[in-house]
Amino acid sequence: MDYSGVLVVGEQRGESVHSVTYELLARGRTLADKLGVSLACVVIGHRLEASGREIVERGADVVYLVDDPSLEWFIPRRYSAELAALIGQIRPEIVLAAATTAGRTLMPHVAAKLGTGLTADCTGLDIDDKERLLLQTRPAIGGNVMATIKTPSARPQMATVRPKSARPLPRDLGRHGDIVVRTAVCDNAQFAGERLLEFVRDTSQDVSVQDAEIVVAGGKGLKNRDSFKLVEELAGLLGAAVGATRDAVDLGWIGYPHQIGLSGKTVSPRLYVAIGLSGAIQHLAGMQTSETIVAINKDKDAQIFKVADYGIVGDLFDVAPELIDKIKHAKNERLSGAR
Amino acid sequence: MNLFVLLKQVPGTSNVKMDEKTGTMVRTDHENVINPLDENALEAALELKRSIDGSKITVLSMGPPPASRALREAIAMGADEAHLLCHRGFAGSDTLATARALALAIEHVAGRKLGPSDLVLCGERATDGETGQVGPMISAMLDIAVATYVRGIRVKEGHAVVERVVEEGFERVRIPLPALVTVVKDMNEPGFPTLSGKLAARTAPIPLLTPDDLGLTQDIVGLSGSPTRVVQVFRPKFTRDTVLRQQDSGGAAVGLLVDLLIEKEVI
Ligand SMILES: Cc1cc2nc3c(=O)[nH]c(=O)nc-3n(C[C@H](O)[C@H](O)[C@H](O)COP(=O)(O)OP(=O)(O)OC[C@H]3O[C@@H](n4cnc5c(N)ncnc54)[C@H](O)[C@@H]3O)c2cc1C
Repeated sequence: MDYSGVLVVGEQRGESVHSVTYELLARGRTLADKLGVSLACVVIGHRLEASGREIVERGADVVYLVDDPSLEWFIPRRYSAELAALIGQIRPEIVLAAATTAGRTLMPHVAAKLGTGLTADCTGLDIDDKERLLLQTRPAIGGNVMATIKTPSARPQMATVRPKSARPLPRDLGRHGDIVVRTAVCDNAQFAGERLLEFVRDTSQDVSVQDAEIVVAGGKGLKNRDSFKLVEELAGLLGAAVGATRDAVDLGWIGYPHQIGLSGKTVSPRLYVAIGLSGAIQHLAGMQTSETIVAINKDKDAQIFKVADYGIVGDLFDVAPELIDKIKHAKNERLSGAR
Repeated sequence: MNLFVLLKQVPGTSNVKMDEKTGTMVRTDHENVINPLDENALEAALELKRSIDGSKITVLSMGPPPASRALREAIAMGADEAHLLCHRGFAGSDTLATARALALAIEHVAGRKLGPSDLVLCGERATDGETGQVGPMISAMLDIAVATYVRGIRVKEGHAVVERVVEEGFERVRIPLPALVTVVKDMNEPGFPTLSGKLAARTAPIPLLTPDDLGLTQDIVGLSGSPTRVVQVFRPKFTRDTVLRQQDSGGAAVGLLVDLLIEKEVI
């Protein structure tokens, strides 16, 4: 039998579908439409019944909910067995999953089982018109360049996709789709002895730059921890999350969860304000999909200006305080105007 | 306990240079280092070895002949035995072909299928390829349990309890042995070579393994055994219409920016 269709591997967190699933569906929808095939989505977990409808509304034609008490937590071999069984049954030509800690563990496991290729951490996906092959683009060689990768003959073609590198489609309440609920097909006893003992939520890690609508990020141009507070102050004023370059993180001005870029997080906010950072390719890899980019740098040739919509060439130690002042002023004016 | 550690030699990150014409990496050999996260894996193995009598550490790497230097470094730090998968036939391997070769090599040097006194350790990812795929792929091929993003490990009778770092916090997971774990930077501080280790490293034999030794036929090794193909390497082009303003003493540029922020309903 031939392989046909696109399958998106969704993720759940404690009975609700994780938003990265909807980002993947947006990607999957584009590919499926280009190929003229259907888009399926699978979520593996427990107590998933309520999730199917929104997955359809976000673009899926068929939803598989593999729902079983033994699948409540992510145990790689269990999930891999279920996913490989589903792939064997529906034979999709393309399988996409998120480049999360779970996706990055599950997908290589499944690819190895199926003896097919897998491209990690893609930021771009497209279809090659002539051969109908998946074009998988990812940063390569330390992020200095992008590489496009194909899987010419093995099937399915599989990729993990960086979270926040695409936007979810809006909900379409009128969409129709099939929702198939299945129980685990794999033998529970086979994986006895493999289990989650404890999960500890760590809220200190929870800075959620990834979910922020606005990000204000600073780099080495801030010179020291103390002046990095300019970035924090501006972020506070704009209701933004604080981002940083690797250099700023390595210098200890702010923690790793704030690092944006190839070896940090990918963000895609409505507004990204870059202060005193050069725009190294590894940093751009994590923020260039932002809707509007504003940059402040004293070097008019700084690379960040190539991706910026609005750039100010100037010393940040003059520009940032002035900006902070003027924003405060504008806010006050609006407040008094509203009164 | 038999501990297997997988090491990759990578370019020292700050020294990566590109050949603008060919789009390939310019590697000068002396700049290569052990993939930093693999050093954490080795350190974790050394700690386990210290706490479990009769343990032995075998390090494996796949790469060109100079990669044996990384293996000698591992011996200097306390590994007992090293093997290098080294042959033109391995060239061009993608993650799947690499994992296949390393999985077979582990069973080859062990002389058997892995059992409950065996543990394979590797770094969470290599700093050059950045895929993190080889570890989980090997676990599937060896049909053993796997835990990724591990920052702590305790070995008990026939099983291990590991601590995994995930997006929202951390997990404690029980896995039966044999198993493969990939470790993160937070796991430990890699140590230094010892004097006796350095002496051992100088004379240690580093046997080379070829595809033949592993029973790999040409169609499943190297480039021809790799399902993925790099078809294009390029520098991303930026397509933004940048408005660039020089900040003057009047602060006009900042003024316009504030207008923009108001227009975007940010303030
Ligand atoms: C494998 C690999 C992975 C990496 N991953 C990441 C990553 O995830 N994220 C990341 O950010 N980097 C990453 N890097 C590092 C990256 O290459 C750069 O080194 C880093 O982004 C530079 O940080 P920066 O812009 O803060 O510093 P710099 O490049 O030093 O830039 C500082 C900028 O500030 C400007 N400046 C200085 N003083 C002032 C002033 N008074 N007023 C205004 N402007 C001023 C300068 O003109 C300069 O442009 C990675 C590198 C490698 C090799």
